[in-house]
Amino acid sequence: MAKGTIFIDAEHCKGCTLCALACPQQVITMATEQLNRKGYHPALLTDAEQRCTGCAICALVCPDVCITVYREVHAKAGAATPQGG
Amino acid sequence: MTDLLLEPTTVPMETVYCMPQALGSQPTHYCPGCTHGVAHRLLAEALDELNLRERAILVAPVGCAVFAYQYFEMDGCEAPHGRAPAMATGIKRVQPENIVITYQGDGDLASIGAGEILHAAARGEAITVIFVNNAIYGMTGGQVAPTSLTGQRTVSSPFGREGVPLQMSELLSVLPGAAYIVRRSLHNPANIRKAKKAILTALKVQQAGLGFGMVELLSSCPTNWGLTPPQALQWIETNMLPAFPVGDYKVLDAVKEL
Repeated sequence: MAKGTIFIDAEHCKGCTLCALACPQQVITMATEQLNRKGYHPALLTDAEQRCTGCAICALVCPDVCITVYREVHAKAGAATPQGG
Repeated sequence: MTDLLLEPTTVPMETVYCMPQALGSQPTHYCPGCTHGVAHRLLAEALDELNLRERAILVAPVGCAVFAYQYFEMDGCEAPHGRAPAMATGIKRVQPENIVITYQGDGDLASIGAGEILHAAARGEAITVIFVNNAIYGMTGGQVAPTSLTGQRTVSSPFGREGVPLQMSELLSVLPGAAYIVRRSLHNPANIRKAKKAILTALKVQQAGLGFGMVELLSSCPTNWGLTPPQALQWIETNMLPAFPVGDYKVLDAVKEL
């Protein structure tokens, strides 16, 4: 399975939780202590087991375009197509 | 630059999703979980994919999306309440080579602007309308809108709305000037993808000069519905979809060939 990762812009995140609920691998959690400058608990990537596949569903549902998605490039695959929507 | 943020890895990474060029980096003023942000992003992605950003002019409405022209990296202007289709008509007729888009909410388009949208569609103006329908007046604090559902409780209908919601897509689809009228929803990933395709098609309709195009997007308003963002998306599915079925209400044969 292709592996990926995401970067969440925590300062732009409004803590709406939609990405955390949409993530098929459930690797996004909401911060409980950390606050951003707006006072929201931002979404965090908690992917110690590297389960993120870079499917970009989190970016698709994010209303604030906070998420950048990366996916590993495999020589044999070559089928990694953007699924940003 | 963003690559520096990644942990060191031996396998090269490619960016599969990042902010579209047509969208600025300024944070929006929308409430957490409001799908206006998704609608903005889909429109920006579609403009990028068709390489129309330099030619596009956005007409912003009055309502929650009143500052929409600040969030897009393209030309834009602000119309009086409900008059975006009239302003877009003028811009398009003076500059027919440009892509003119109005972005309107339901209070703007279906209430005070009902006359403008009706006549713009009847005249077959070659503009693209993005109609964000959240069944309530958002910016003013959650009053009943023409699109509010029967029995829906709002601050101005505390015992439930009387009457039936105005179905704009169905209404406009019977007009001969309309070339592409569809309704989509933004409540889950599959429907968001379909909405993106519809916006792409609507922009192509304008490029081809086929006539009036409108994409209605069922959108959430967690704040004024009094729900959390996930509950609001569920509310769209449970309550709005039966009253506003998603589908293609008018697609000319010429549009299918695009």
